Amino acid sequence: MKKGWKDLPIGGVILEAANTKKYATGDWRTFRPVIDLDKCTNCMRCWIFCPDSAVCLVDGKVNHFDYEHCKGCGICAVECPDNVKAITMIEEAKAKEGK
Amino acid sequence: MGKLVALTGNIAVATAMRQINPDVCAAYPITPSTQVMEQFSEYVADGLVDTELIATESEHSAMSACIGAAAAGGRVMTATSSQGLALMWEMLYIAAGMRFPITLACVNRALSAPINIHGDHSDSMGARDSGWIQIYAENAQEAYDNQIQTVRIAEHMDVRLPVMSCMDGFITSHAIDSLELLDDKTVRDFAGEYKATHPLLDVEHPVTYGALDLQDYFMEHKRAQAEAMKNSRKVILDVAREYKKLSGRGFEYFEEYYMDDAEIAIVILSSAAGTVKVVVDAMRAKGEKVGLLRPRVFRPFPYNELSDALSNVKAVAIMDRADSHGAEGGPLFMEFKSALYNNKKQPIMINKIFGLGGRDLMLPDIETVYRELRDIKNTGKIRTVSEYITVRGEEAAYGKA
Ligand code: SF4
Ligand code: SF4
Repeated sequence: MKKGWKDLPIGGVILEAANTKKYATGDWRTFRPVIDLDKCTNCMRCWIFCPDSAVCLVDGKVNHFDYEHCKGCGICAVECPDNVKAITMIEEAKAKEGK
Repeated sequence: MGKLVALTGNIAVATAMRQINPDVCAAYPITPSTQVMEQFSEYVADGLVDTELIATESEHSAMSACIGAAAAGGRVMTATSSQGLALMWEMLYIAAGMRFPITLACVNRALSAPINIHGDHSDSMGARDSGWIQIYAENAQEAYDNQIQTVRIAEHMDVRLPVMSCMDGFITSHAIDSLELLDDKTVRDFAGEYKATHPLLDVEHPVTYGALDLQDYFMEHKRAQAEAMKNSRKVILDVAREYKKLSGRGFEYFEEYYMDDAEIAIVILSSAAGTVKVVVDAMRAKGEKVGLLRPRVFRPFPYNELSDALSNVKAVAIMDRADSHGAEGGPLFMEFKSALYNNKKQPIMINKIFGLGGRDLMLPDIETVYRELRDIKNTGKIRTVSEYITVRGEEAAYGKA
């Protein structure tokens, strides 16, 4: 149950630090990044540039995306070096249909 | 008994601020409120207060700095007028929405264009929907008294809203008036210590202010803000009563002048009420049952109390020192009309727009309004619902009497 007006802290103040994790910025995405790990050189540019910390590492290497928070801005795909281009943006609707 | 002094309204307010000793004042000078901060900056320079005074590059920045300082956890004050208040507009709503108990001395002045530095209420009336509590003073004494009360109202835990304490530009702000001051300790004790709820400077408990608030929560926050304004009704009364005990002075929601048996009445804000009282005295001496109702609190508007105060009057003129172009009358008129809508007993109401840009309201003008009210009472007929008075080019007798 979401809180009613009597139970919220006044003035829209957020009392919990670092709680943006709870805000699913991924649900307005229209394009989603997909990574080809065979091409990826693990330069970490996408990881550095992602504004939502949605590029996830496994054992220190770029591995997948956190689709709950990835908003589909496409910065990672642009920043992936021209001679690599390991990230493609595909339509979210198509991805959901499993195409 | 306090000390009797001769001060301008501006210096009276600056004195109240000195006695309260706020943490931060951020301001930008604008006539006629400049003297408030000019005087206060002397107190800062002389080491009479601990206040951090921030001279900003505009009023928008001044209110922004006030908001930042309030978020940090400080007791914050500022002063402005007219275009300055207009430039603060965006930030006024933010101060109220973020529930910061900032207090602002608003020295009322006309809004441009045409450019004019004199007193009318178009500045603060334009801000009436910004979520600020608004209190209007008749004279320097009341401006001083109100200023002291603002912090207690704003900071009350049931309220936590900003308060605008208004006085008329030049007439009150610059004329030297005799008034009684409380001693510093009494004021400081009355104001008490401010405790911020979630100060940013409390680094052990980090919080976020000003986060995005969409369809899912915005309305809940606005509903809570509306409740705070509702709660302020009781707080304003309690604080006024406590202050009266301390000083022997002051009004609650409004002042009634010969209203007990009044058949016709004028409703008017701020300094012009003083002029109306002179006319009431003269007409009462001739046995005419005239009265005056001077609202002190405009936001929250005391609907029930004000409409009760008028329920036995036959005809009333609501006099506005501001217009709301395209509406049926000035802002005060509209409030009273809606306040009285649900009353069984309703006086006949007319509206007079007066005093724009500092235009004088003279004794004969007021007498003419009372005479018109007397005719309305006798005949039940209204010539016109709302009109400008003391303006050249109108047919009515105002200014000619
Ligand atoms: S699309 Fe944008 S949000 Fe999503 S992973 Fe790439 S950079 Fe991050
Ligand atoms: S920018 Fe491209 S190459 Fe570099 S880590 Fe990301 S996906 Fe791999």
